[in-house]
Amino acid sequence: MKAILTVQNITSDFVTSFWTPIFVGIFLAIVVYALWPRNQAAFDEAARIPLREE
Amino acid sequence: MSQAPNAKTMTTGESGLTLVFAAAAFLCMIGAAKALDAAFAFHASLSAAASLAAVFAIMNRYYDRPAALPPQEINGRPNYNMGPIKFAAVASVFWGIAGFTVGLIIACQLAWPALNFDLPWTSFGRLRPLHTSAVIFAFGGNVLIATSFYVVQKTCRARLAGDLAPWFVVLGYNFFIVIAGTGYLLGVTQSKEYAEPEWYADHWLTIVWVVYLLVFLMTLVKRKQPHIFVANWFYLAFIVTIAVLHLGNNPALPVSVFGSKSYIAWGGVQDAMFQWWYGHNAVGFFLTAGFLAIMYYFIPKRAERPIYSYRLSIIHFWALIFLYIWAGPHHLHYTALPDWAQTLGMTFSIMLWMPSWGGMINGLMTLSGAWDKLRTDPVLRMLVVSVAFYGMSTFEGPLMSIKVVNSLSHYTDWTIGHVHSGALGWVGFVSFGALYCLVPWLWDRKGLYSLKLVNWHFWIATIGIVLYISAMWVSGILQGLMWRAYNSLGFLEYSFIESVEAMHPFYIIRAGGGALFLIGALIMTYNLWMTVRSGEAEVPSSAALQPAE
Repeated sequence: MKAILTVQNITSDFVTSFWTPIFVGIFLAIVVYALWPRNQAAFDEAARIPLREE
Repeated sequence: MSQAPNAKTMTTGESGLTLVFAAAAFLCMIGAAKALDAAFAFHASLSAAASLAAVFAIMNRYYDRPAALPPQEINGRPNYNMGPIKFAAVASVFWGIAGFTVGLIIACQLAWPALNFDLPWTSFGRLRPLHTSAVIFAFGGNVLIATSFYVVQKTCRARLAGDLAPWFVVLGYNFFIVIAGTGYLLGVTQSKEYAEPEWYADHWLTIVWVVYLLVFLMTLVKRKQPHIFVANWFYLAFIVTIAVLHLGNNPALPVSVFGSKSYIAWGGVQDAMFQWWYGHNAVGFFLTAGFLAIMYYFIPKRAERPIYSYRLSIIHFWALIFLYIWAGPHHLHYTALPDWAQTLGMTFSIMLWMPSWGGMINGLMTLSGAWDKLRTDPVLRMLVVSVAFYGMSTFEGPLMSIKVVNSLSHYTDWTIGHVHSGALGWVGFVSFGALYCLVPWLWDRKGLYSLKLVNWHFWIATIGIVLYISAMWVSGILQGLMWRAYNSLGFLEYSFIESVEAMHPFYIIRAGGGALFLIGALIMTYNLWMTVRSGEAEVPSSAALQPAE
């Protein structure tokens, strides 16, 4: 069944072979986003959300 | 308000659900009539009765309510929907007491087997899943539903999405619990640990869970607060992943649509792999992600301090998500599961150490600048000690997943001790802390009836946990060592029954620890009851302001 080349098969093969670098890449992007200096102020704001309601 | 009264009409939800439940009642009656086994007949009758009750409740609510549905906002402030949350909070206390009691009973059965009473319904084999499901899914699940509905509204500054839907989630989930629990007692089980309910209960839970996801998501969509607070990310991960796990682990073919028995689609080692992929991620996403969401809202709130590091919360959230899903195979060390899969599971379990401790550090350090409150506020102390237990059990877990350690610990009481340091210490205490915060907020009380009683609860339960887990450590390691002891001729040193005999004193200590934990929870129940009944109201009544005659 795998022999039939379909778009799904090609993408699925690609994902199965490369999921480790893909996931690591996504995770690293998240880390960069979290540590990006310009986001600091927004995160400090967000950390106070529970204290600012009603 | 001299406006002419609008003609009251049923909403699509009301009329639609009435029809659905009426049809369900009819189908369940047919199921009850044609049932192949007594348990199925009982469950079908129960479902028919519940469906009719639902029809009645929806109609009744329709006749009682004003023409317009509750507004989204009142005077510019969100009109929060607290009714379903109150129900879930009460249900969680009820199921908690029930689950802890059954736990105590089975602990006593292990120490004194005569307590099985030689009856099928009270045998350890049926009561044990009743205990685990009652504490995890009934107690923990209701705490998660209550707190998630509360936190998502407050941190989004928006009323809960849906009109009947939140009630459907809360009542539907508790009905699932009733079906699952009564099923265990009647011997209905698909024999998958923590996924014992049979096919029809699984189908019902799927419907309820999808509605839960939709209510949560649609509330996020309506939010007035642009940023999605981190606790909501944890709740969302919990809801989405539990849906995926439930569907992955439970595909089964019923022998008949009129009978309770079914056969699982997966075979052999694949079934084992699926089971522990499910089982361990139930720990990871139900008992960890969900309760971390509680931590991220209730600790800052109670300590009146912002989250220590919001950046850390983002990083450890995604690290948990990426790593946890692979850790399941550590439940299958030295089995038919391929060796590489076992090693993969072990490796990811060890890596999990870091995101787990990221969460613990973030929770504990949120108290920086407010450490003195630990002396005066026993509720905050309970929350903080829960995080300490979280750190301890997530240190122990990766350790036990290492294959050489596992060769000693697996199938022994060490595992039971480990689970309970997480379950009683982390999940239990963080839930108690959340309930102590939530009940006064929900019923508009100034504070708890008695902080002194919280203090008693805290210390009695803590001593109970320490007795429980230390007894199980000693018992488990002793058991493991006895099983692997050989004499000089290469024969096993001890027969199995000798190891069982050696456990006896530790089983008594464990039952004592469990009894203390239950006593603590009963104190909490009394305290919460008195808070609702006779606590001081938050808003002073106008009568109190009238001058004395």
